[in-house]
Amino acid sequence: MDLALQLLFTGIGIGAVYALVALGFVLIFRATNVVNFAQGEFSMVAAYLMVVAVEAGLPYWAAFIVALLGMALVGVVFNLGVYYPLRHRTYLPVIIATIGASILLANSVLAIYGPQPQVLEGWFETPGIQVGPVYLDSQYLLIIGVTICLVIFNFWFFEKTLLGKKLQATSQDKEMASLLGISVSTMIMITFIYSAVLGGLAGILVAPVLFVSIQMGSTIALKAFAATIIGGFGDVAGAIIGGLALGVIETFGAAYISVPYKDGFAFLVLIAFLIFRPQGIFGERVAEKA
Amino acid sequence: MSAPSDNMPIPAPAIHSKPLLIRHLPYFIGAAILVALAANMRFDGYVHNILLQATTFAIAVFGLSVVLGLCGQINLAQAAFFGLGAYAVGIGTTDLHVSFWLCLVGGCVISLLAGAFLGMSTLRLGGHYLAMVTISFQQIVTLVMINAIWLTHGPDGVSNIGRPDLFQSSQSYLAFCVAMLAIVGYLVWHLSDTKLGRAMRAVRDNELAAGVNGIDVFRTKIYAFALCALLGGLAGGLFAGGFAYVSPDQFSFAESIVFLTMSLLGGVASPIGSAIGTGLLILIPEWLRFLKSVPGLYLAIYGLFVILIIRFMPDGIWGFVADAFARWRAKLAAPPVAGALQLKPAMTGGDTVLEVTGLSKYFGGLKAVDGVDIAVKRGGVHALIGPNGSGKTTTLNVLSGLYVATAGKIVLDGTDITNMPPHQRTASGLGRTFQNIRLFRSMTALENVEIGAERPGNTMVGKGDDALTERAMEALTFVGLGNRANELISSFSYGHQRLIEIARALASNPTLLLLDEPAAGLNSTEKLELHELLKRIAAQGLTILIIDHDMTLVSEAAQHITVLNFGRRIADGESMAVLRHPDVVSAYLGSE
Repeated sequence: MDLALQLLFTGIGIGAVYALVALGFVLIFRATNVVNFAQGEFSMVAAYLMVVAVEAGLPYWAAFIVALLGMALVGVVFNLGVYYPLRHRTYLPVIIATIGASILLANSVLAIYGPQPQVLEGWFETPGIQVGPVYLDSQYLLIIGVTICLVIFNFWFFEKTLLGKKLQATSQDKEMASLLGISVSTMIMITFIYSAVLGGLAGILVAPVLFVSIQMGSTIALKAFAATIIGGFGDVAGAIIGGLALGVIETFGAAYISVPYKDGFAFLVLIAFLIFRPQGIFGERVAEKA
Repeated sequence: MSAPSDNMPIPAPAIHSKPLLIRHLPYFIGAAILVALAANMRFDGYVHNILLQATTFAIAVFGLSVVLGLCGQINLAQAAFFGLGAYAVGIGTTDLHVSFWLCLVGGCVISLLAGAFLGMSTLRLGGHYLAMVTISFQQIVTLVMINAIWLTHGPDGVSNIGRPDLFQSSQSYLAFCVAMLAIVGYLVWHLSDTKLGRAMRAVRDNELAAGVNGIDVFRTKIYAFALCALLGGLAGGLFAGGFAYVSPDQFSFAESIVFLTMSLLGGVASPIGSAIGTGLLILIPEWLRFLKSVPGLYLAIYGLFVILIIRFMPDGIWGFVADAFARWRAKLAAPPVAGALQLKPAMTGGDTVLEVTGLSKYFGGLKAVDGVDIAVKRGGVHALIGPNGSGKTTTLNVLSGLYVATAGKIVLDGTDITNMPPHQRTASGLGRTFQNIRLFRSMTALENVEIGAERPGNTMVGKGDDALTERAMEALTFVGLGNRANELISSFSYGHQRLIEIARALASNPTLLLLDEPAAGLNSTEKLELHELLKRIAAQGLTILIIDHDMTLVSEAAQHITVLNFGRRIADGESMAVLRHPDVVSAYLGSE
């Protein structure tokens, strides 16, 4: 029972990271109707930026800000270089281009930094606290805390601010939005920047828990995508619940079934959902209009 | 998708007189020469290895040209299928001491089954799902290869893999692989002109239109995906026999990306492009070996290539060349002269061709169609009209199966079609056109109409491709476009595209023709022509159910009118009487 509680905590912690990346997926999908297959690489690049900035001698908080600013820039370049030129094409060329971008990002970092995984210190000096039978790792606590704050911020931003409403309008009907004087290309640019920063944040937060490696991006992206399907594709709340659920399933699977195949559980859950409930927990079936 | 671009190079078909094998004789002679060269020329070990790699990789890339090029579905796990075939031969010929041939076939079957399973679980959903699921599958296969040491020997890989007795020397084995490449290349090349190949292209261009033209979209996609996996497995098995050693890193996600890049660079639509892309991407890294000294650099360049090709050369190298050639040939090839189109609508039911009772379609709380009854009498034109938002198009979509009815019953010529998917309704004799035209944009007018003619159960088409072409030509000639049959859809005006859509439906010899706002967007001359066309169709006894806003067209063409408003039927009867009906007048003009 104690072990189960401990695993539950760890699972929620890692699930929160999947949830953040999944949120980035969903936001870009809603704005552009395209899945960004380089979303995971945003996390990886941010983690490396963080490592570089800390090694350069910046204080942790300054390195954090530098890394996130760097991610904003990555979002801009990504939109202009990959999405924008293809915006009038069907989805397949666009997703192939984002896959190309994901290969480009991961291997550029590999070429620059080498295959050796890097280590990033956690934010706090104290490694964690013992509460009853469960040991709460401080970095996991931070991840969970930040995720809660971001979910609240996200709700406030999209429901209560004018910019958030403009973004929603753009994702729902681009033509109508532009007729109302909203600059659609600006809104899409903002979406890419926000998603890149969000993905980056997830990467920086999870880096002290995992190693900082080239593969971390694609691993996180696959889990996050599985999370969006489990939650209901395109649904913000679904992405978060799906991410948390996947983190818990995976942690328990690794503890009770098999460690080497830990990364396979997400896939099995994904296939099961695709077969039995493709619309996910919250999703509705949608059909193309004739 | 409409593949990477909208202008796929499609050779213009003509009515063929000579048997297929004789027309393709040059191909087989060329292939025989290549095999002879491979068997007899002396290569040093390095060149031999490059040739063997290129040959086996090309077969795997052919698979991508089927799934991505023909059918427009993505597969990011081709290296995994390649690996399944390779490990089947590897483990089979070493640990299990099974004959090479049995292992090769076994590997193909395993890949085929894995592909079919992935396809069945995912292909009903959008393309994004397929991309992610194939990546996940790729990761799982790699995980198993590394961790299931009892089976796969783990990271060490399998060595001393056997070859068939017949091709023990590396020279003869290379010749064997080249022969396999030639055979597979021929089949893939020929596939696009078969019924299945046309169905795949139709699915790629427009899934909805493919469905209502009698194509089982889901099944077609599964065939394409499973075929791709099968070719991957075959290629992998040949690869394992050739190099006698396999290890997990040869079948990683990075290799799947290499396959994808090969396919895109050469041109995804044709096996010739696949061969070009494979050859280039195996030779270029050999010339630029220094890139491999920095880990990651050459894959980073591949990634950049992918982005640039998609952006600037979506049809790849061969697509670029072939497109120019196809346009040139379309101008030269005079289409064959066609006879008059015969329409013989089936008559198994009674006087009423279409009997709709209590039809309802709710979207959540919105009752878009609410308990509508329609009875369409055999012969003549029946119109369904109503103001905007009255539920006309929803009704049509429920009739053709794009939406599932919430309640009610639809009987077509004595057959209950209420619960059939679109392609089965088409097979039962329903033809339709769309308000916003849905043609297969990468194909010629003739090919579009051929897909209509290919409807399952079309009694007006004889056996074979020639009969199909003849029927399609008759239908195109019937709408007045026979002389432009070999042109691509993009070169037709809007009005003519609409006529091609009608021809596509007519070629299938439907029992009932549904026309969704056929006059929308037409100028007055085109409307007159449309009216004439409707008369000529009706004169052959085909029943038409038409939806339109154009009151002139409706009142002149239709003998019977049903009026909807707010999802309910407010009037029904003989044309003139209905149009004078006070409820109809107030629905259109507002009440006082």
